[in-house]
Amino acid sequence: MQLILFWAFALLTLVFGGGVVINRNPVASALNLVVSFLGLAALFMLLDAFFIGVIQVLIYAGAVMVLFLFIIMLFNLRAEKLRRINWPAAAGGIAVAIAFLSQVFYVVGRFKPAQQRFPPLTGSKIDDVHNIGRLLFDSYNLPFQIIGVLVLVASIGVIVLSTRQLR
Amino acid sequence: MATLGDYLIVSGILFTIGFAGTMLRRNIIIILMSLELMFNAANLSLVAFSRFHTGTNGLPNYNAQVFVFFIITVAAAEVAVGLAIVVALYRARQTTHIEDIANLKF
Repeated sequence: MQLILFWAFALLTLVFGGGVVINRNPVASALNLVVSFLGLAALFMLLDAFFIGVIQVLIYAGAVMVLFLFIIMLFNLRAEKLRRINWPAAAGGIAVAIAFLSQVFYVVGRFKPAQQRFPPLTGSKIDDVHNIGRLLFDSYNLPFQIIGVLVLVASIGVIVLSTRQLR
Repeated sequence: MATLGDYLIVSGILFTIGFAGTMLRRNIIIILMSLELMFNAANLSLVAFSRFHTGTNGLPNYNAQVFVFFIITVAAAEVAVGLAIVVALYRARQTTHIEDIANLKF
């Protein structure tokens, strides 16, 4: 059952991820991206990472995608016109992508632990929000506060960028 | 049950799709979306390894999931700044096609 679910959600993620790249209309790309993110959240939950799955839905499928759709609507973008394709650049991009993919297959094929199944979770209380929260505030307290400053800087930067007029 | 290798292969294919999108597409908003796909591919392999390295207490290794949490936060900040730059560019140039914005100095 879990194997069927894994392949179903993996296929969903990959097909709609491909749709992001293939679609010519930016709105269709953004909606494909939402479905791809939802499939990925389901994959996280199959890996017993419920907290990560939930924040994936909340932040990516919620906040980030609304931002993308908002910008697309603001610009009133339509399907882009087909321009002359820069063939050497396109061929180079495809060649590097294929080389990367074959390298991934080679490395994963030779990686011995990759054939093993996941060990069963035997912990008495699998409470991952609790455990991640403890780890975040105990061991990763300083990085957590630095992330807070980063988000503050990003929001100030966005305000500065959107008020200043670029010539 | 799926093996670790299956998750790593899916993650690799998703990263390749994102990479191909970044290389082949000429719309700057779609390039940002492809960057998000690559971030998510990295997150998937991190979570898969987190589940694979189940400790002696029978729980996944939560260090990787904290790392994924940080990556998601940074990616959200990156999208906000990136889209603000795109808006500023669009107001100055009325285009989102990257071949029209090829000059470094305006």
